[in-house]
Amino acid sequence: MERLIVPRPNHLRRNLIILTVVFLVVGSGWFAGFDFVQIFRNFIKGGRLLRRMFLPPAWSYAPKVVTPLIETLRMALVGTFWGALTALPVAVFAANNFIRNPYVNKPLRFILNIFRTIPAMVLASLFVAVFGTGPFSGVLALSVFTFGLISKLTYESIEAIDYGQVEALMSLGATKVNVLRYAILPQILPQFMSYTMYGFEVNVRAAAVLGYVGAGGIGQTFEHNLAWREFDKVGVIIVISFFVVLVIDLVSSRIRRSLV
Amino acid sequence: MTDAKILVPKKSDPLKTVYRIVNYGGLALLLVWGFLGIPYKGVMKTAEGTIHALVRGFLNPDLLYLGNMTIDGLPYAILETIAIAIAGTFVSAVISIPFALLASQNIVGPRVSKVGKFIVTMIRTFPELILALIFIGVVGPGAPAGILALGIHSIGMLGKLFSEAIESMDMGVKEALESCGANPFEVLFRAVLPQVSPELISYTLYRFEINMRAASTLGLVGAGGIGAPLIFAIRNRAWPRAAIIIIVLVVTVTIIDAISGRIRKKIV
Amino acid sequence: MIQFQNVSKVYPNGTKALNDVNLEIKEGEFVAIIGLSGAGKSTMLRLINQLIDATSGSVLVDGVDVTKAKGKKLREVRRQIGMIFQGFNIVKRASVLTNVLSGRVGYHPSWKTVLGIFPEEDKQIAYRALQRVDILEKVHSRASDLSGGQQQRVAIARALAQEPKLMLADEPVASLDPITTVQVMDYLKKINREDGITTVANLHHVDLALKYATRVVGVREGRLVYDMPIKGIDKPRFFKDLEKVYGRPIEHDDVLEEV
Repeated sequence: MERLIVPRPNHLRRNLIILTVVFLVVGSGWFAGFDFVQIFRNFIKGGRLLRRMFLPPAWSYAPKVVTPLIETLRMALVGTFWGALTALPVAVFAANNFIRNPYVNKPLRFILNIFRTIPAMVLASLFVAVFGTGPFSGVLALSVFTFGLISKLTYESIEAIDYGQVEALMSLGATKVNVLRYAILPQILPQFMSYTMYGFEVNVRAAAVLGYVGAGGIGQTFEHNLAWREFDKVGVIIVISFFVVLVIDLVSSRIRRSLV
Repeated sequence: MTDAKILVPKKSDPLKTVYRIVNYGGLALLLVWGFLGIPYKGVMKTAEGTIHALVRGFLNPDLLYLGNMTIDGLPYAILETIAIAIAGTFVSAVISIPFALLASQNIVGPRVSKVGKFIVTMIRTFPELILALIFIGVVGPGAPAGILALGIHSIGMLGKLFSEAIESMDMGVKEALESCGANPFEVLFRAVLPQVSPELISYTLYRFEINMRAASTLGLVGAGGIGAPLIFAIRNRAWPRAAIIIIVLVVTVTIIDAISGRIRKKIV
Repeated sequence: MIQFQNVSKVYPNGTKALNDVNLEIKEGEFVAIIGLSGAGKSTMLRLINQLIDATSGSVLVDGVDVTKAKGKKLREVRRQIGMIFQGFNIVKRASVLTNVLSGRVGYHPSWKTVLGIFPEEDKQIAYRALQRVDILEKVHSRASDLSGGQQQRVAIARALAQEPKLMLADEPVASLDPITTVQVMDYLKKINREDGITTVANLHHVDLALKYATRVVGVREGRLVYDMPIKGIDKPRFFKDLEKVYGRPIEHDDVLEEV
């Protein structure tokens, strides 16, 4: 029988990509000074620190943690509220299937993008520099951050609606406002609420750390104790915050699932 | 057309109405409580002055810092940030796969997957900043701590996303392979992974975008990258320097987002 | 009632959907537009209420040039034109009542309709409309809980609530099973006969056109190639004539019942 000759498959492209990625990763690690041996050695040292933090955490300090935590939650609530409230109208204008004007859509999306690119911490420290320490700056930072987060998700979901319903309303002589109220909002409202809850989840975590730069909440307490090397108190803060975030996440997931 | 008025019974579902009142009322109360807790410290008089200085700083950014190619300069810091993000994300992606498999109901069954999900959720709940601080305590300040912090946190995030992808995949290919006698590893590498890999790559890139932002933040606690110089600049009100850093940061992240977005579109 | 005057439509990608179409539809007629997919049926229909712009020519509805109407004038024209669609296009998450009431938005200022303030009379109009299509008992139900045929009836009720002079139907029964199809077409015919509302419908199945329309218009590649009042035309003769429209003999897919 004759032997069948089959050309060899060309995996060149795939292999090149894998090689590039590996190169990037290893290069990055080297650039950053990632030295496995050193790390290993330091882990032993590090164990000591962890022990000081968590074995045991300073449980007696726990009650003092409650007030700042509540402040953190309040910050997250208010920040999410403002962020979501301002995000909705902007998202409506940024969506390219409602107000179909690229001179409106594109600049708006560009600005939203800038808001999303600046990390929450940076915003927080900017606001602290301008408005002083305390939860007020934190709320401002969270609002801006949430605004950026929710507006993008929302305008994307506006662009994904069933356009037929919009067409039907337009065909019977509805104004743009009517179309918004009767065809667009009913379709995106559950998703919007889901995004808002998601924003709240993220904000609780963010609020907890914003205090590190002085923007109020448990983060400030954390920073304070860390600076004074009261590691066992730091430990208890971590443990309690951990559980609060966990509970909020669980509740929020439940609610979000029942929304959509 | 009849002139008689048509009477339609009002939709009455008392349970639903009560439910609504409780929900919306509760939400309103919650918000009010929230607002009450935030003291509106009359905006400091110096705030106006600061804002002026800020704006002026943005109008003449510190270009010397931008051109400083040494280890103290902006380019180095940005590169370090990118390096932290790359190393943290992609290694984490590979390590997340076993975690994700352990959390997927259709791979390991309902009981084990519950445990897996729990572990992943535990990891997720740790904010990156806390992890960074812990790692700084362990391996010392600098970029490696940042990489470890991002890496571990990303396992939590990617583990969840990956397992969601795995749980929603089409079981057909897996079944086909099992039915011809493949062992679990073969099924894994020849059926499951190839099938979900576009989604995994997409999620990894998405995570990379987020990690870029996180990496720039971690620096502030000493985990390397642009964070430290930035926070110092802000604290010391060196607005021209803060401005140039923020501008470069936004540009860099936007470019990376765009590239990542392109790749992700091509994959799906 | 409706006049197409030298209407042409070319889409941005170069497709010539309509080529110099002239047509006059009188009040009270039930016109069925038939033809192959892509022949221009949908385009023709959507030009009547300016959901699509004409490239050249005019479409007059009751004397008003729809192609040039804008803003408030356009809305006034549109509220007199009811339209139902293949996909029903009702708001699934809202109640049947809300859906039908939204047919009235053209008659009130925006701020009222946005807040959901409709006068009691509007509600009566809505109830009567729902009664016409025998679905009043579902008035408070969520639209998504209804079957396809029921949703289309809600859509018809919404159109009726507008108190329209003209009814447009874009493949209204294409998504429905044969029995529901007959039901919905019966309603359209009933409304056309009892209220005298001029009806223009795009239909995929030619036997439906024969059964319900008073006049059949055939479109082929953007041109009108057939235009006959239906009065006692027998089926075989009709099908033979339509080969002109389809460019081929009538097939199994073109009719609802067995050929």
